[in-house]
Parts: sequence; structure tokens; C-alpha cells
Amino acid sequence: MRRYAALRLAQAAGVLWAAYTVSFLVLDLLPGDPVSAMAGQGADQAGIDPAQIARLKSQYGFDEPVPVQYAHHLGRALRGDLGDSVSAGRPVTSVIGEALPSTLQLVVAGLALAVLLGGGLALAATYTSRRWLRQLLLSLPPLGVSVPAFWAGLMLVEVFSFRARLLPAFGNGGPRGLILPAVTLAIPTGAVVAQVLAKSLLTTLDEPYVQTARAKGAGRPRIHLRHALRNASLPALTVVGVLVGQLMANSVVTETVFSRNGLGRVTAAAVTAQDIPLVQGVVVFGALVFVLVNLAVDLLCPLLDPRIAAAGGRRWSPA
Amino acid sequence: MTGRDDAPLLEVAGLHVSYLTRTDRVQAVRGAGLDVRPGEIVALVGESGSGKSTTAHAVLRLLAPNASLDAGTVRFAGRDLAALSERELRTVRGARIGLVPQDPGVSLNPVKRIGEQVAEVLRLHGLATRRTAPLGAVEALERAGMPEPQVRARQYPHELSGGMRQRALIAIAIAAGPELIVADEPTSALDVTVQRRILDHLQHLTEESGTAVLLVTHDLGVAADRASRIAVMSQGRVVESGPARRIIEDPQDAYTRRLLRSAPSLTAVRARPRHAAPAQPSEPAEPVLVTAENLVKDFPLPRGRTVRAVDEVGLTVHRGRTLALVGESGSGKSTTARMILRLVPPTSGRIVFDGEDVTAAGGAALRRLRRRAQLVYQNPYASLDPRFSIGEVITEPLRAFRVGDRASRAARARELLDRVALPAATLDRRPAELSGGQRQRVAIARALALEPDLVVCDEPVSALDVSVQAQVLDLLAELQDGTGLAYLFISHDLAVVRQIAHRVAVMRAGRVVETGETGAIFGDPAHDYTRELLAAIPGGDARIGAPGARLLEERT
Amino acid sequence: MSSTLDALGVLDAADGPGVPEPAARRRAGAARTVRFLLRRPGLVLSVLVLAAVALASFWPGLFTSRDPLTGVPSQAFRAPGAAHWFGTDELGRDLYARVVHGAALSLKATLIAVAVSFAAGGLIGLLAGFAGRWIDDVLMRCVDVLLSIPALFLSLALVTALGYGTVKVAVAVGVASVATFARVMRSEVLRVRQAVFVEAARSCGTRWYAVLGRHVLPNAIGPVLVLATLDFGTAVLAVSSLSFLGYGAAPPAPEWGTLISDGRNYLANAWWMTALPGLTIAATVLATNRIARALDGERGRR
Repeated sequence: MRRYAALRLAQAAGVLWAAYTVSFLVLDLLPGDPVSAMAGQGADQAGIDPAQIARLKSQYGFDEPVPVQYAHHLGRALRGDLGDSVSAGRPVTSVIGEALPSTLQLVVAGLALAVLLGGGLALAATYTSRRWLRQLLLSLPPLGVSVPAFWAGLMLVEVFSFRARLLPAFGNGGPRGLILPAVTLAIPTGAVVAQVLAKSLLTTLDEPYVQTARAKGAGRPRIHLRHALRNASLPALTVVGVLVGQLMANSVVTETVFSRNGLGRVTAAAVTAQDIPLVQGVVVFGALVFVLVNLAVDLLCPLLDPRIAAAGGRRWSPA
Repeated sequence: MTGRDDAPLLEVAGLHVSYLTRTDRVQAVRGAGLDVRPGEIVALVGESGSGKSTTAHAVLRLLAPNASLDAGTVRFAGRDLAALSERELRTVRGARIGLVPQDPGVSLNPVKRIGEQVAEVLRLHGLATRRTAPLGAVEALERAGMPEPQVRARQYPHELSGGMRQRALIAIAIAAGPELIVADEPTSALDVTVQRRILDHLQHLTEESGTAVLLVTHDLGVAADRASRIAVMSQGRVVESGPARRIIEDPQDAYTRRLLRSAPSLTAVRARPRHAAPAQPSEPAEPVLVTAENLVKDFPLPRGRTVRAVDEVGLTVHRGRTLALVGESGSGKSTTARMILRLVPPTSGRIVFDGEDVTAAGGAALRRLRRRAQLVYQNPYASLDPRFSIGEVITEPLRAFRVGDRASRAARARELLDRVALPAATLDRRPAELSGGQRQRVAIARALALEPDLVVCDEPVSALDVSVQAQVLDLLAELQDGTGLAYLFISHDLAVVRQIAHRVAVMRAGRVVETGETGAIFGDPAHDYTRELLAAIPGGDARIGAPGARLLEERT
Repeated sequence: MSSTLDALGVLDAADGPGVPEPAARRRAGAARTVRFLLRRPGLVLSVLVLAAVALASFWPGLFTSRDPLTGVPSQAFRAPGAAHWFGTDELGRDLYARVVHGAALSLKATLIAVAVSFAAGGLIGLLAGFAGRWIDDVLMRCVDVLLSIPALFLSLALVTALGYGTVKVAVAVGVASVATFARVMRSEVLRVRQAVFVEAARSCGTRWYAVLGRHVLPNAIGPVLVLATLDFGTAVLAVSSLSFLGYGAAPPAPEWGTLISDGRNYLANAWWMTALPGLTIAATVLATNRIARALDGERGRR
């Protein structure tokens, strides 16, 4: 178990380093450079002082050769310094840190809702013996994944804020203000949870050991909750890492729709301003969250399934 | 026991079960009927698709969701189970009727401890409290013959062997002291020696406690050994039933007779077309085709360790003859064959094919070997590309070696189909449109396309029904007749081997423990393990007096 | 389980001759297809929706004769009705015409995205799965890294690097799902490569390139094509998200995501400007997902 954990930790660190490298490479391909964008801010016809540009370039290290820049940046990143945001003029980490709590609230609320709604739907759909009800319930998740998240948010605003006037449409206004964004965020994610769990529950209920349980004289609720759910939740658990990443990414559009401050809007603004250090910081932070969530999942899986513990874990190793 | 005239414990009458498929409704059971008296073992015998499993599951009303019990009664201890509500059924299942399922590998919940799973029966039927259930579970495991029951109760299914898992399932079935046990092919997924031990124990247990057993099996030998009465099913109906001895010795129904004729464990030596030819018992005159010397195969394990799958194996295959390689699963027989075909590189040792050392052959030499040695696989459902037409399958080796043009290849394919007794129209079919036996014929035709010297048959009939098995074995023998074709025949089933092999090599744990002429191995086995394997062939009791036994004696 | 096997056994063809005539089989096949479709009105509808979207993107004139770019100011903010099916926007432009003409841009972006991820991901997966060993290890580690970055973040990073515009957004979206394609392709190639019939082909002398071309690729490509269909829907959503955020086509062009973004400013008084383009996107995605499911099911039953 300790070996397993150590191995996972090492892999997580490796992925993180590689994610940093990928983001560096992607952003280094940028044809125009951010300093010109910053100095000009749209007025790029003429009148920019070349000396000023050179000074800015050397200040941000853009005049050095690429490998030197990379080594320099990586060294700083290892010390927890992701550089300064070009548009805000402050350290990237502090920009992200400030925006984080609000987004974290949103993502956690969205995840909880998604698991609750999606899981509940999957359980209900596989439990009911009424065909029409099952068909109806199972037709909802495909709908959920087909709807653009930002559009669903706008429709919720239209109905609940503008027409019914029940909930605030914009801003960071407390728990009531969290409801609509969280629901918006939970729709696509919850639909995925429902799809994965329902599919895996249906497969599990077909397994011979469920037959064995029925032959023991166990009733439907017992079979569903005690025998099938635990086995079926493993595939669902392994997609949680991807889902958390999706939630964070969707917070970009959700926060834009609801004009809510947070990491998502910071990201959108950074892309618009071509603020490379900040975009890179967000990408690396996204990978960090993904890696941490997966690490937690990897350590949790052996507790749910003794076979994984026996095999020494198997998720990252192919075949 | 057969003469008892007390009321049946279980009485199935006029049972109809159908499955709803996407396109239509398929009748799986059409008016089956049988009865089981208290304390008696009744075997329900039939081939796959005969509806025997469905009938057994219908007794417990444990049918697949797309199945429906259309008509019939299942009277158990005076009540019609077919008419009970789900709630009432739950008091019968587990408590009064136990089920031993087919595949022990997948029939236990992988995330729960063995003890918990046994205790669940006791808890469900109020036979134990939370405190006493674990003890009751250990006791049930002990009665099921589980070694070290206390330790096993705390383990998970994946930590146990197949035989031990089946014992755990038996423990679940007997824990509540039922009056009837439905055993659905309880041992067909296990090795023969384990199979025998498990069946012995099950029989002993039920005799002791007076529990009746409905034993579902495809193996007439098993039925003959264990049951006091046999019911034979075919196409959803019980075609014949009666005392076991009478069914075996004097079958009335044509289907039963056909089943008996093809059952390998009961027929002993088959009258092969070339039966007379190898009459001289030892020292075949045929030249040597393949020799393998000191073959070793190590497979790597995690952390730099290795496991030795094949250990210093030596074999000789003669032209025009059949060498059978016999052993239980994991004995290394398939790996040995794959090394000889150079599909798996040997760790050490030497392989000589027709005078040429092919141990490290590559390039042109390896292609020469590929041309002269072919392989027929166990599972005809997996060994044919589902996208290919049968014609493409058969001509693939010809294309690979650029033999002939399109037209001559097609002609060759027709000729080969004819040799394996399939109609020429089969050429345009896809594998999915053929039955298992037909597919295996296609695989044999492909293997013969290049007129090889050696065909390795890896359990070629173990995935087929017995009556089809016999046909495919006949075909193999016929194809060999009069040609120089040599077979390396791999099988776990000694009864099958006896019908086809000239020589037999017995493998265990990677080593060849005994080699000899077929007659010598079966008549006078030298090694303990060979004797154990022979004893484990089901149908041993019934063979005495059966026509096959005489043949066996003649030969040995 | 065993009982289902029993049922299958009943369906299995009997041993020996007796295979039906090809012509009769073809007729029975056609009849079965018709019955198959009649039982699935949703699937038929999905195909029709996608066909309409495809037609609209090539010949928008088939659906509307109005100009999507010039409006009649006096007719601004008309609610949906007989004259303007989807209503009009703040400049009096016909929203239906804008949605129809927007199909071309959205479809183009989506197709580019899917093509990028299918080609790159498929190639990586094929190479990793077939070559194995260290090539597999290296490629799959790279894929793991790509998977660890949330797709939208990766797309945003690429947009930052490449700049704005429909094609650039499309490439950014495509690159973000390369990893998924590589994963699926590799696992399928591995599955097929381990299949007994592949070893059978090898053991009867077929050369590796013939094994790859005749056995592995045809049998492995199915799930990847299903994924491509599924990804089509995902790409429509991703492209519209990015254009909603303002990184797509430049303003007057009627890209679907941009239409919603424009409508957002008038949400309180002109709901249709947001709702109807959104519904169009949802219908398109729903249709592709339904078709992907049907393709997947067809494959599963074989």
C-alpha cells in the first residue's frame, strides 16, 4: 500500500511537470509577443517606443533563447513562483489565489449537486421496474450533455430571475446567488455521472454474483444497494477526476454568464489580454487539481475494491 | 432409491419459458416436465441450447429479465412456485432451495469477504443474528469442505482458487439447510481432478443430510456417476427420463442414443477409419517430423521475478501420427505448442522441424515453418475474423504465400470446404452465420489450405457440444487417414484424447510426467498423476457393462 | 447469464447445410432495416436534423432567401411569428436567416476540430498500440499529460497562442480531444491485436502489414468512428462555448455561439435571441449523440 501510494505520488509529480512543459511549449508558439500587445493595447498602428518594448521584453525575459527561458521559468515554478501577470502586474499565484475561493465554492457546490442528481437518477432509473419510467429517466442524461452549459445558464436566468424573480441573476451575492450557477454547472456533469453510473449499474446487475444474491433470497433494495452499487460505483469514481476538470473549465463560461468573480473570469480576461503567464498559471493549476483529485481517487479505489489493492493498483499502467 | 414411491419434493409440469429478443420471441423451454423426490439426485442432461439451464432457473424463478414463464407449474413441497409473489419466493430461495451456480469465477461478489457472503443467507432468513452469523458461516464453509474455513471466511473471492470458490458457493447453497439444491453445471468450469473432488463432496453432503439435488450437466458421464435418475432434454423438451442405469444401458429415445454414442467419456475408443493401421503397439515406422528438446519458458513477473511455465519438456511428433499433450489448465501444454510453432520464443531448448533447427529461425526460415505448420484454435468463435467471408478466411494462408491467382484460390477454397464436409455456398457467409461446429470445420479447412505437415490442434473440440465434438474428431481422423499429416493435439480431456491419439504425453506443472502409446497410458499408467487423471474421467461407473468398455479392453 | 446463453444457443444455426439463399437474405435484410428504423423514430428524426444542418451549411438558400447581415431597423425585436420564424434582433435582422447561415461556420469549425483529433489521435493510438514497447510508453505518457489538462483550458491556451477566428478556434478544440482519440484507438488496437484471429493470421504466415491492414485496422476502427460521431457533438459545444466567450468569428458573422452571446444583452426583453440559437445547437448535438448511440449499439450486437 505504501509502495502504491509512493508510486502514485511520483507519477503525479511527473504529470504536473509535463503539463507545465506542454503549456510552456504551446504558449511559446505565440506568433505575436505579449509585450507588444501590452504596450499597444489595441493601438498597434504606430507610436510605440521600440526602446520601451525592448525594456519590457528584457524585464519579462522574452528576449532570451527558448531553452534558457524554459529553465528559468521551471526553476521559479518549482519554488512556487509562476511569474507575474502581464495585465495585472502582480504575481500569477496571488491573482489565482484571490480568485480561487469563489470558484472553489461554485465547483464544490456543482460537484455535490451533480453527484446527488446524477447518482439519484441512475439509481432510480435502474431500480424501477416500470419500463416507461426507466425510459423517461434514462432519456434525461443525453439531453443534459447536449445542451450548451452557458445557454442553460442563460435560460435559467431568464426563467428564475427575469420572469419568476425568485433568484438573483448576477454577482457574488451569497448562497442564493450560488444556486443558479451551481445548477448550470451541475447539468452537464450530473448528466455524465448519471450515464456512467446507470450503465455500470445495469452491467453489474447482469453479473452472475447478483444472481447468486437473488438465489439467497435477497430482495431488490438489498441487491441494488448492498451488492450492485459498490461494484458499480468504481467506474463512476474513476471519471470524477475528469469531471472536476470539466467543472473548473465550465466555470469559465458559467462565471461569464452570471458575471461572477472567480478563476473562470480571470481566465477569460487573461486570454483576451493575451496574458501568457496568467494563462499558463491557470493551465498548470488545472492540471494540479486534476492530478490531486485522481491521486485521491487512486488511493480510495483499493478501499472499495480489494482486487485493486492486491494488484498494486492499475489505473495508470496501460494494459 | 429409485423404487421409493413417496410424493415428489419438486414436480415441474408443462413448463414453457420464452425469451424476448430484439426481433422476436424465442421458445427456450416448451413443455418440460420432471420431478425430484426427497433426498434423491436427479440429473438434467442436455446440450447447449436445450433449455436445461433455463428449466433449472425457472424452478427458482431466477430468469433473465427478458425471459418469461409462459405456462406450467413448479410444485415444490405442495406449493406452486410459478404462482408465488416475489416476496413469498424470497422465503423459499436460499432457505428451502439452494442454488450452486455455473461459473465460480464470477458468481461471488468480488468486493465482499467470503464469510460475509455466506453469513448473508443466514441473516436473510433469520437463522442467525449479527453476532452468530460469522460463526454460522464458518461452520457452513467447513461442511462444504473448505480447508481452513476461519481463514477463508476473512478472504476475498479473488484470493481463492476456482475449486475453493465453488466450495464457498456450495456453502452458501447449504447454509440454511435447504430441502433441494439446484446445481447448474457446478463443475464444468473446473479442472477434472477438482471437479471429481467437488462432486464427491456434494454427493456425500446431500446423502448425509437427505437433501435432494437437481444436477444440471452437459456431461452424461457425470450424470451416470452421480444421479439415481436422469432426464434428457433436447430443444426445450424432456425427451426421456428414468433410472440412470436404464437410460445409459437401454436408451429408448433416438436423441438419447445419439448423445450416448458421442459422449466421449462413455464411448472409450472410437472406431476410427484407420483404426487397424497402427495395430502394432510400439515403435512407429513413420519418420520423425518434430522434436523438441529441453524446452523451457519463463514468463516475467513484476519485480524481476519469473515464473516457469514450461520446464525441460521434450517431445517427438511422427509423420502421419497424432501426439496428444494432456494436462489441466496451467500445466503449460498450450505454451509448449506455441513454442513449437514459434509463436512464443522459448527461453531455452531446441526445436527441430523436419531435420532443420528452427529454434531461432527468422525471416525466410520462419516463413517456411509457418507454411508447413498450422494451428487450429480452441474457440472457433474467436479464431475467425468476424469481418471476413468464409472464402477469405480459408484463402488467407494462400494469399499470404502468394499461392495461385484469385480463381485458383477460390477453386481451392471450394475443394477444402468439400473436404471438411461443408457446402460450397458457405464461401460467401460470414463466421457469425455459422454454428460452432461449422466454424471449427472452417478453421480446419484454413489450416489445411497450404497442405502442411503438422497441424497443432489446441483443444479443438472443448468449446463444442458433445455430438458436434464427435463429428469434428471423426473429421480430423479422416483427414489424417492416408496422408502424412501429423497432429499435435492439446486437450485437458482424456476421454477425447483416447479417441484420437496414437501417443500421449501427460503434462503437469510445466513438466511431462509420462509419455507412451495411447493404449499403454490408459491401460497401465505409470505415474500417479496419470492415474488420478484417469480416475477423474466421469462416467467411470457407467462404463462397466457399456459397449465402450469392451472396446477399451480389446485395445489394451 | 447461463439462461441467456441457452437462448442464444437456440438462435444459433443448426450444424450442417441449410444456409438461406443470398437474394432472400438481402431482401430480409432490407425489411429488417425498415423495421429497425420504424421502431426508432428518434433516430430517424436525428438523421433528418443532421441532414438539414448539413444542407443549410452548403446551400442556405434552400431554407431562407433573407440576408443574414442586413436588417430592417423598423423591424427590430420582433417576436417569433409567421413573418420571422425565429424573430428579429436589435438591428432588425431575421434571426432564422442568421441561424441558417451560421450553420456553415459552425459546421466548418466542427468538422475541422473532429478531423484534427481523429487524424492525430488515431495515428498516435495506432502507432502506440501496434508498435508497443517504449514507443507505446512514451506516447501514452504524453497522452496522460494532455488528459490531465481540462479540455477547455487547453483550448484557451491554444487560442491565446494562435489568436482569434473560426479556424483557429476549431484547431484549438480539435487538439484538446486528441488524447481521447489516442486512448480509444490504442485500446482497440490492443484488443484486436490480442484477438485469437490475429494470432491465427500470423501463424498461417500473413505478414505484419497485411495483419495491420486487413485485420487490426478494420476491426479496431469501429469504436473510433463512434467516438468521432460523439466528438462531433462535443466539438459543436466547445466551439460554441469559445465563440460565446468572443474568440470565434468576427462580429457580424452569424456563428451560433456568437448569436447567443449577442442575444444575452437583450435577454430580459428578447428571449428568442438567446433561446432559439441555443435550441438549434442542442438539437444538433442531441441528434449526433443519438446517432452515435445507434452506431455503438449496432456494433455491440454483432
